[in-house]
Amino acid sequence: MLTVQFLLLGAVLFCIGVYGVLARKNAVMVLMSIELILNSVNLNLLAFSQRLDSIDGNTFALYVIAIAAAEVGVGLAMVLLIYRNRRSISLDELSDMKG
Amino acid sequence: MLAADLLVAQNIGFGVIALLMIVGALRVVTVNNVVHAALWLVVVLSGAAAQYLLLSAEFVAITQVLVYVGAVMVLFLFGTMLTRAKIGAEADLNNKNWAIGVPVALLMLGVMTWVLIDGFGDEKLPNPDQQVPVQALSDDIFGPYLLPFWALSFVLLVAVIGAIVLARKD
Amino acid sequence: MLASESALSVGWFLDHAWVIPIIPAVGFALIILFGRRLPMKGSEIGVLSMVSSLVLALGAAYQWIQRVDGASGEVAHGLVKAAEGHSAPYVGPVIHEWTWWQSGGFEFGIGQHIDGLALTLLVVVAFISTLVQIYSLEYLRGDRRYTHFFAALTLFSAGMLCMVLAPNMVQLILGWEIMGLCSFMLIGHWWEDQANARAALKAFFTVRVGDMGLLVGTGALFFGANQWTQEHLGVSGFNISGLSAWAMSGEASKSVLTWGAVALFIACIGKSGQFPLHTWLPDAMAGPTPVSSLLHSSTMVVAGVFLVARLYPVFWEGMKIGDTNINFIVLIGGVTIVIAALLAFVQHDIKKVLAYSTVSQLGYMMMGLGAGAWLPAVFHIFTHAFFKACLFLAAGSVSHSGSHHSFDMKKDMGGLAKKMPITATTWIISTLALAGVFPLAGFFSKDEIIDNVGHNGYQAFMIVGLSGAFLTAAYMTRATYLTFFGEARGAAAGEHHDEHAAHDDHDAHADHDAHAAHDAHAAHDAHASHGPHESPKLITVPLMILASLALVAGLANATPFGSNWERFKKYVEPSSEYVAVEAAVAHGPGEALSPVVVTAEEAEGEAKSGCSYEAPGAGEACYFPAVSHAEFKWSKAALSLLIVAAGLVSSWLFCVQYYTRRNRRLVGLTSRNVVLRGGYTFLWNKYYLDALYEKVIVRAVAHPIAAAAYWFNQNVLDGIVNGAAKISRRTAGWVYRNIDQRVVDGAVNGSGAAARGTGGALRPVQSGKVNQYGALLFAAAAIGALVLVIINT
Repeated sequence: MLTVQFLLLGAVLFCIGVYGVLARKNAVMVLMSIELILNSVNLNLLAFSQRLDSIDGNTFALYVIAIAAAEVGVGLAMVLLIYRNRRSISLDELSDMKG
Repeated sequence: MLAADLLVAQNIGFGVIALLMIVGALRVVTVNNVVHAALWLVVVLSGAAAQYLLLSAEFVAITQVLVYVGAVMVLFLFGTMLTRAKIGAEADLNNKNWAIGVPVALLMLGVMTWVLIDGFGDEKLPNPDQQVPVQALSDDIFGPYLLPFWALSFVLLVAVIGAIVLARKD
Repeated sequence: MLASESALSVGWFLDHAWVIPIIPAVGFALIILFGRRLPMKGSEIGVLSMVSSLVLALGAAYQWIQRVDGASGEVAHGLVKAAEGHSAPYVGPVIHEWTWWQSGGFEFGIGQHIDGLALTLLVVVAFISTLVQIYSLEYLRGDRRYTHFFAALTLFSAGMLCMVLAPNMVQLILGWEIMGLCSFMLIGHWWEDQANARAALKAFFTVRVGDMGLLVGTGALFFGANQWTQEHLGVSGFNISGLSAWAMSGEASKSVLTWGAVALFIACIGKSGQFPLHTWLPDAMAGPTPVSSLLHSSTMVVAGVFLVARLYPVFWEGMKIGDTNINFIVLIGGVTIVIAALLAFVQHDIKKVLAYSTVSQLGYMMMGLGAGAWLPAVFHIFTHAFFKACLFLAAGSVSHSGSHHSFDMKKDMGGLAKKMPITATTWIISTLALAGVFPLAGFFSKDEIIDNVGHNGYQAFMIVGLSGAFLTAAYMTRATYLTFFGEARGAAAGEHHDEHAAHDDHDAHADHDAHAAHDAHAAHDAHASHGPHESPKLITVPLMILASLALVAGLANATPFGSNWERFKKYVEPSSEYVAVEAAVAHGPGEALSPVVVTAEEAEGEAKSGCSYEAPGAGEACYFPAVSHAEFKWSKAALSLLIVAAGLVSSWLFCVQYYTRRNRRLVGLTSRNVVLRGGYTFLWNKYYLDALYEKVIVRAVAHPIAAAAYWFNQNVLDGIVNGAAKISRRTAGWVYRNIDQRVVDGAVNGSGAAARGTGGALRPVQSGKVNQYGALLFAAAAIGALVLVIINT
């Protein structure tokens, strides 16, 4: 197997995730796209872990998974709160930051 | 190049799973149904777990299945349910200027592909002759990476408290 | 050496002293889990666990005495060579340490470090906790969180016991923090009242400010000492005896020692309520009285003093206690004595008088430690625990049965001596003990501190100590007079508060749950409503026990009666001799430390060349500095007794004149005389320290940051965006007016439009839509990456 094939797969997933973050209106969908990005990062970490014959990549991947779980928890709580206050989770309507 | 070096089975496996993952990921960001998107996400995440196995990281793969495919997906489904009663398809899940996303994503993909192919070319991964022993992993976590582990525990604690505080009705 | 090993007995109790804190910890768990279902709501577990801790602690203390006696016996028989000028040989602590956690080369141990100091505290803590729990059975009867109260109280004692036993800094921090948490729960026991919740938070945060010092100091000492201790003693840099030996070795880095000691002492300032972090202590009176009693007599606030006493070599070397006549510790202690005593004069709340008195007495302990008077300071912890616990419990008894749950001396007390004879008697005995009247407990300890402080070259602080003694006698007399003598006022005269009038029903306890906050203890209205009367047995018996100890506890180290009476000196003070290192690192059950004294110390008269002034040779270690002891002289004692008597008499006369006769020259003096009024206002506002902390410091830190952020947001960020738009538009305008109008129109029309376009284009970017911001971010990142790649290829 080649190193680059895993890295390319990671890159493709990353870009799809970025597209999702940019294009989606529903906040839950944006969170899902972020999960895609995080997974592509994990793929990279593990590929390099294998390439360098070092176990550190595995450790980092585990940490990323844990962080992702925390992120989803807090993110969904925020989405819930937004929904409760505005009856909508469309990001287009959340434009209070407008300059 | 000898056939033994090529690891045909792994390469075929990789190709199939990678194709599945890319299709799944594309569906995640394009379907007009939140629940369907979540289910496609399951496909991608399970595929990622399989890739981790190919990379001989079995513990991470198991964790991936447990945490992502198990817990995180349930959270997503709950989030969907709690924020929108409607489970069917919806017309406008994409925002108005979704078109910006396409060039940006393509631009990034182009840059990365160029860099990766330029940098790694046809360098081969060392053969995964053995799995990563879990013991070594735990020694790593509780040895040199203990401090990040503590920080991580703290982050999880804060996340739990924060999620409760945010989502509590009062 | 073989003979001595057999002689240095280690009995079962000494060997298993680590069980002592575990019992209340288990008790806590049981109370939390099953307390509500038990017939006495869990209080029986609390009392039982404390009693069994007390029994174990007493057993250990007895065996320690045997151990020391055994060692002395060896000396008498010539089996062991004792140092010249010392009758007792080196008797090492009983140390057991188990590794409970190991990571990355660090080992964290847990276990016990039993010596005279630890045992003194163990016995005192277990004893006072037992009495306080018995007292609480009655005092909190019917409280809505009765079970939780006992759970927290039990865990609190467990924390203190754990800290006292600690063989290393990590366990010490563990106990220290458990106490911090429990004190928060207990002070805020009636948290429905906003003031109580605030007091609990204040106590927690103020102590926390100091706790930073504990962590920093522990870390600094660890990194400074670890290598040395591993090499010489085979223990980690957290180990307390290791740290002591390191500090005394002469090889320790002076700056690490100094800053470590300063950092640790900051923690002690926070925990022990020393100036300027003493402000939390009086507010902590918001908790139930038994809590105040436990917190202020033997646990929590004593923790800071204990830490200094425990790591004394570190402070001794770090602060150069032996060589100077002023240092950080003694300065803080001395300031605390006086300012807290002055504050006690303007309090109306009887518990706050006691709180400031505690602060002041802790100042004595700190001053003593800072001036090299280790033994008197530790002895003062011992005696102070008894009479201060007694005073608090008596104050609780007064409010429980005499003043209708009020603690206001001026409004609701007075003349209670006749109505509550037992409470009044115990109070007066403890007051006299606190003031230091011969031959009560306080005399022997306080006078020794003052005497030794002067003896060790800190003459200025001896005067501070003496004036503190005068003030102590005076404010305690004032409190006594206001509470127990003179005319009865308010509730003490039988007047009822209106809101309580309806609670005559004895079985009304259940209804009180619905009542507003601190009427929680209005559950006692039933008996209080009959007017002042003596408290029930469960309250008076602990009072009597404590008062009798306040009478006689001083005899445990009665210096005036000759060296045979100095039991504390014999059993508690560690010997400051050079010890062979092999003897000191014995671990494991039954392996006692052997009294191998390598080098003889100089005779007592020239103590200045003791353990602390010469570095020990190879293979030897020092565990305690040679502190010198002042010789007792009746002339010096007479002076301090005279001062105390002056304080008592003058204050009594003043009170009679002021509160009873209403002497016109005195009444209203503080409002007529400008100087006195200023002083009174200054004291009444507690030196404006609270105002300083809350208004100045908190605001000074929080406000500018918020303001700066706001300003940055308003002016800079908005300014950039708006400015960009404005400039573009102006440019467009300028271009339009000057170029478009003046230069040939058609050719340049485009540039004006482009400039206007720039202005216009910058505005929609600030759409407020997250996706668009994200798109910009990613696009910028991608382009940036592309540029980098192109540059690098």
